[in-house]
Amino acid sequence: MSTQIATEARPRARRSARSLAVRGLGPATVVAGFVWALAQPYRVTLLHPHGQGFWWLFVQPPLWVIAVGVLFHSLVVPSILEDLEESDGRC
Amino acid sequence: MLIAAIQPKAEHVHWMFASGFLIIGLCLLAEAIVGQEVWNRRPWRRYLWPGLAFFMGVFMWPVMTFFTNSTIHMVAHGSWAQVMMLAGGAHLGLASGKLQSRYWRLTMPLALVVSGAAFLIHEQNGWFYARSSFVHHVCGWTLVVGALFPLSLTFRPRSWVLGAGYAVTFVALAVILYTARDVAPILGHLSPEAGAPHR
Repeated sequence: MSTQIATEARPRARRSARSLAVRGLGPATVVAGFVWALAQPYRVTLLHPHGQGFWWLFVQPPLWVIAVGVLFHSLVVPSILEDLEESDGRC
Repeated sequence: MLIAAIQPKAEHVHWMFASGFLIIGLCLLAEAIVGQEVWNRRPWRRYLWPGLAFFMGVFMWPVMTFFTNSTIHMVAHGSWAQVMMLAGGAHLGLASGKLQSRYWRLTMPLALVVSGAAFLIHEQNGWFYARSSFVHHVCGWTLVVGALFPLSLTFRPRSWVLGAGYAVTFVALAVILYTARDVAPILGHLSPEAGAPHR
């Protein structure tokens, strides 16, 4: 085995671990919100909207957690991954 | 009368702030994972969480105005508004390069300690009086202890462990705030003086 390949293997694995961890943040948040909605469905007032006021329909914590995860994953993570790859390319 | 009709309940406000802290926590966690060099590469990303922290500080003023049922509540909410704006503003200044000294980062541990102390001081009831009392006590101690992370990070900015601890403090704060209820039991305890529980 070439010593050059062996020395490159560890940093490459670390880079992919960082990329994987960042990719996982949004989905993990979405899963947390989804599990919460399943555990406490009465917190999702969209499931029983009759007679609910504006604030009960607007602020539904499990859905907000899911929304935060989706927004973070779709708006913030792609640029981080691009910059991470670019940064790794320079190393 | 009109304000009372359109005003959200206190628990709704707690949940909205929880969502803001969750976004800040995710940003800090991503920053801890990829490192400051990568995170700061795009200007909009540098401004993201300090801007949100500043905005939440501004948003705390109407909370102070409309959710004040005692002087101590007003002082607590007012102090939160001030220290959140100070920390957010200082980190915005650092992001833009207009502030250079790393000691401006100490505004965040200051904000956390002041906020934590305000939580603990303005909560007049014991831990198991009701859910809201428990939430206030846990939030207070989480913030006071969590302040050690940004404090240490000021002097060791490249520490992955401190960065992760800093982020987890905000995520934990979000989780705790999401459990807030106006009147609900905590671990089977609810003082009869707290009122009738609802969902």
